[in-house]
Amino acid sequence: MSTTVVVGSSVAGVRTAQALRTEGYDGRVVLVGAEPGPPYDKPPLSKQFLSGARQAHEVTLLTAQEAHLARIELRLGSAARCLDVAARRLRLADGAELAYDTCVIATGAAARPSPWPVRSGLHVVRTLADSAALRADLLRGGPVVVVGGGFVGAEVAATARGLGCAVTVVDPLPVPMGRLLGPEVGAHFTALHERHGVATRFGTGVEAVTGESGRLRVALTDKTVLPAATVVVGIGAVPNDRWLAGSGLLLDDGVVCDEFCRAVGTGDVYAAGDVARWYHPGHGTRVRVEHWTNAVDQAALVARNITRPEHPQPYAPVPYVWSDQYDWKIQIAGTPADATRHTVVGRLSGGTARGGALYGDDSGRLCAAVTVNWPRALVECRRLLAGQAPFDTALDRVDRLAARAAGRPGATR
Amino acid sequence: MPVLKADFGACQGYANCVAGAPDAYDIDDDGTVVLLKERIGAEDLPRLQEAARSCPVSALTIEDA
Ligand SMILES: Cc1cc2nc3c(=O)[nH]c(=O)nc-3n(C[C@H](O)[C@H](O)[C@H](O)COP(=O)(O)OP(=O)(O)OC[C@H]3O[C@@H](n4cnc5c(N)ncnc54)[C@H](O)[C@@H]3O)c2cc1C
Ligand code: SF4
Repeated sequence: MSTTVVVGSSVAGVRTAQALRTEGYDGRVVLVGAEPGPPYDKPPLSKQFLSGARQAHEVTLLTAQEAHLARIELRLGSAARCLDVAARRLRLADGAELAYDTCVIATGAAARPSPWPVRSGLHVVRTLADSAALRADLLRGGPVVVVGGGFVGAEVAATARGLGCAVTVVDPLPVPMGRLLGPEVGAHFTALHERHGVATRFGTGVEAVTGESGRLRVALTDKTVLPAATVVVGIGAVPNDRWLAGSGLLLDDGVVCDEFCRAVGTGDVYAAGDVARWYHPGHGTRVRVEHWTNAVDQAALVARNITRPEHPQPYAPVPYVWSDQYDWKIQIAGTPADATRHTVVGRLSGGTARGGALYGDDSGRLCAAVTVNWPRALVECRRLLAGQAPFDTALDRVDRLAARAAGRPGATR
Repeated sequence: MPVLKADFGACQGYANCVAGAPDAYDIDDDGTVVLLKERIGAEDLPRLQEAARSCPVSALTIEDA
């Protein structure tokens, strides 16, 4: 009987193991994870779990019983230490060795560590334990300083504010969300913080953090000092690929894979999720994506390619990410970085915001869309993006959706 | 025959299900999932199971009936 060992027990790993069964794989499936507890989901860690709206058991991805029913052998609580590609063996931190026929690397990413060494009160948010520790500090009250105005930073700011803390978000970029969405649309996200009483110090870097929990001081590059009870550092993530250093696999800010998500130079090692840098045939380049939906879609594709190796399918997804901040449900599809133009549809301000922006590239096609509180429009845009629709066609469709929504009683436009 | 179910209260309109199985799932103007069919054939089961598992809030299930 053949054995597939999946390394990493968060969403990419769990979904790969489940999808192998759905695809009819009948060999052994072993799921290896560094953390001892049941596999859990990450998006709630800056949202509902941090706020207390969801408990730990409500973010579980795979219970022991579900694993048993799907014949997934759980090997949790011991990290993988080294992969011997030639001998097809995986060694774990506890000394155990697992032989495999196929190996899937799904070790994800870790929070980029804080460059400021303080003893207590400074947090990153990547694991369930991180989020629980931050929650305990937030419940003691503010002020809270969040370093980093990206998705995770903005979500933590919104949640901390919801818990009653005074919050300041600091970011060296003048318009943090502008890097992804352009300055005009990005400015609406800055206004979103301010409307909820969260202070922003954008365009300002952090020089040092000193002190300890309850009595921290955040020194900014403009020479002001912010007092803080708690500091949260949300400055990105780094792929967990260091443990593969001696394996001979090609690593370059992630595990380098071909368009079938196979580690280059191997026939039986795959990667999925935040750790995978694969050749995206649509973009003509290697990309690594740190979004939940990518982890799930890539997991499904890897399972299919393992089960049907004679007909491997290339992986060419349209990127998609959501973020919940304050009273906004934000959804982004496509690659706004490719845009040369954009048009705003609907309204992107205030608590009753319902609108979006469409982005077009120099070939005249739709290349990305962002929506606020308007899932219906984003679904349409994901379809249009998948079909490589012209920008004008897409704009026309979304305009018509807006008109239809406006015609209904209770609509917000 | 397998039957599609949705927890309409849990649905957050992320629409991964629509991307995965547009023949079975759609989304309405309020951003809530719509089931386009109730019963599905066994040959569609793997694909729809994957679409259901792509829901970030586990709002979708497929039951045996
Ligand atoms: C706070 C937070 C909020 C987020 N919110 C959103 C959101 O709203 N929308 C969205 O699209 N995305 C969001 N994301 C991103 C999304 O959660 C990730 O893209 C997703 O978790 C990636 O899954 P993964 O399984 O590839 O990696 P990870 O989730 O990083 O999991 C990797 C797993 O591998 C384990 N591991 C690591 N090294 C080893 C080893 N050597 N041996 C064994 N196991 C190992 C880790 O312990 C971990 O369990 C968020 C992320 C965070 C941190
Ligand atoms: S994926 Fe889940 S949350 Fe999203 S629309 Fe479908 S059922 Fe609703």
